[in-house]
Amino acid sequence: MKHESIEINSGLLIVLTLMVISIGGLVEIVPLFHIEETVEDVDGVRPYTPLELRGRDIYVREGCYTCHSQMIRPFRDEMLRYGHYSLAAESQYDHPFQWGSKRTGPDLARVGGKYSHEWQAQHLIDPQSLVPESIMPAYPWLLESELDYSQIEERMVAQARVGVPYSRTQSEYDANVEQFGQEMADKLHVANGADMLETQAAAEDWDGNPDQITEMDALVAYLQMLGTMVDFSKYEDGHFNQFR
Amino acid sequence: MSTNAVPVATEQYNYGIVKKFAIMAMIWGVLGMLAGVYIASELAWPFLNFNIAEITFGRLRPVHTTLVIFGFGGSALFATSYYIVQRTCQARLWGGKLLPELTFWGWQLALVLGVITYMAGYTQGREYAEFVWPVDLLITVTWVVYFAVYAMTMVKRSQPHIYVANWFFMAFILATALLHIFNNLAVPVAWNSLESYSLFAGVQDAMTQWWYGHNAVGFFLTAAFLGMMYYFVPKQAGRPIYSYRLSIVHFWALSFLYMWVGAHHLHWTALPDWVSTLAATFSILLLLPSWAGMINGIMTLSGAWEKLRTDPIILFLVTSLAFYGMSTFEGPMLSLKSVNALSHYTDWTIGHVHSGALGWVAMITFGSFYHMVPRLWGTTLYSTKLVFVHFWLATIGVVLYIVALWVAGIGQGLMLRAFDQYGNLAYTFIETVTFMHIPYVVRAIGGAFFLSGILLMSYNLYMTISGARQSASAEGRDAVAAAAR
Repeated sequence: MKHESIEINSGLLIVLTLMVISIGGLVEIVPLFHIEETVEDVDGVRPYTPLELRGRDIYVREGCYTCHSQMIRPFRDEMLRYGHYSLAAESQYDHPFQWGSKRTGPDLARVGGKYSHEWQAQHLIDPQSLVPESIMPAYPWLLESELDYSQIEERMVAQARVGVPYSRTQSEYDANVEQFGQEMADKLHVANGADMLETQAAAEDWDGNPDQITEMDALVAYLQMLGTMVDFSKYEDGHFNQFR
Repeated sequence: MSTNAVPVATEQYNYGIVKKFAIMAMIWGVLGMLAGVYIASELAWPFLNFNIAEITFGRLRPVHTTLVIFGFGGSALFATSYYIVQRTCQARLWGGKLLPELTFWGWQLALVLGVITYMAGYTQGREYAEFVWPVDLLITVTWVVYFAVYAMTMVKRSQPHIYVANWFFMAFILATALLHIFNNLAVPVAWNSLESYSLFAGVQDAMTQWWYGHNAVGFFLTAAFLGMMYYFVPKQAGRPIYSYRLSIVHFWALSFLYMWVGAHHLHWTALPDWVSTLAATFSILLLLPSWAGMINGIMTLSGAWEKLRTDPIILFLVTSLAFYGMSTFEGPMLSLKSVNALSHYTDWTIGHVHSGALGWVAMITFGSFYHMVPRLWGTTLYSTKLVFVHFWLATIGVVLYIVALWVAGIGQGLMLRAFDQYGNLAYTFIETVTFMHIPYVVRAIGGAFFLSGILLMSYNLYMTISGARQSASAEGRDAVAAAAR
């Protein structure tokens, strides 16, 4: 076929172009859903509790991903600075993923538990009060805004629709009990959403203001669980290399 | 080519829609670059966040990227593609008055809604695809109409042959549709909520997003602007394209290869190595068609080099191709895993993007607009001297910008991986932030240079258009007076 026949036929040009641009995506994306080793089988990874889920929503809303990554690479300096490199399994319930692309601030994949709740809240209210050279914006309104969790059940259902195991039925709940234990399964049950959120907010003084459930409570709860789900001491050194 | 006034073919072609998009491209360009200079300044002087949620860096950054990519770039592409398809097919735009107007209002509405929702804190949290789901639907409808208008105009052409610029625009329209639809698959929290959760999670979501993200660069910011290049460079130079055969190779190789390279944004992450290696390999291959395009554009001028001295429009076009060549060399280099280990997560990437976005995309648009706008309004440019000034403001701006971010990015990358004699980390993270202050200041200054250039251009084009209107209405008065006599 001469190339000229494409140049004089718009239908042919459109069809051939569409074919040519489809191949790359098909070859690189589709297998990721089918090759099992893509997401490692790891103990401990679980969906977010209702409070953490709302915290994560706020993290996305404020565009934290524009300056912070949540993806530690397997390098010596990153291991020393941030901890064990990130596993695909650790973000398997992240809709959308928040790996980020730029570190204007440090990686947050394992920030959970590194600082106290009080430090986190104070740092968000006024970063420069703790790190004078910081260029991070301050987020004082998080402490003043009451957390809106009126749609927490809808949020959990939407998450369930995209594949996160929040339970809507008894059989889903039972499966969660088996996989995550009863205490966690209760938190992941859609009908308990609002109750569980209030319980978790009251259980710890996340933001230094126990009288009110604020956006700060949710965000600090989310930050404090980041990277804490997998207990790496249970695995031999180098165990995860097989998945790379 | 003569720069004298060319008669406006109002009856033959639909120029009204081209004019509207061209004007909006300039308005969004100014606003988007202003937002860019502002957020760059926030990084240098963080007090500029003023504790106001709506203007914090995290919320304004998508405003900047959306306005420059989709507002400035997108409107410029609508304008030039509608101009080029009509002229090279010698056919009036299909769809009557209504359908092209629909693409205009749909696109502008999406942009306005985008800015408002981001500042209010509604975002999908996906880079360059932050639009909330209702706006994504609006964009989808607009894009389908755009495809129909463009394809049908090609179908009813009165030229037997489809000119190469149209292939590139068609690839851009098709690829953008594909990318937009698959990257924005999401389930809304409720029908009356602006929030949604993406269909895919973690590693698959990351791959889909960067397949989208890099091809937004590949097709939106490259293929389509190459369409612009293949029309305006030969036109302004008054010479045919250097090699038709090269343009064929360029087109198919570029369309095929680009779609493979997105995963180079995910080197060393939890994405499996095989994808990352494939992406790196194709990124290096991509150097060939990219440079084929650059050579084809620049060599079109061979034998007419003296125009570089007298014609600032040619200067813009050639310089944009030089930046295109430079950033398409830097890109494959950054996609090598060993280089990426240092550059990823640093400002080197941001600098690279801007050498493409300012040096290539914006400059080819400036050159094309200086050529097209006087022809649309049937007049000559208000001031050629101001075009020279604009050229130098823009060039100095880009150079300051990318050099500053090479320093910031490579410097930070080296500091983060430095060890002291005991094997401990030599620097804390915050020490790298302090180090980047001066490069950030220089970057903001570079951005301000570039912004002042586009402001000057807006003035020049405004005077051009209002001059055309005055002489048109004067001619109208004369005609009425003559008829009365």
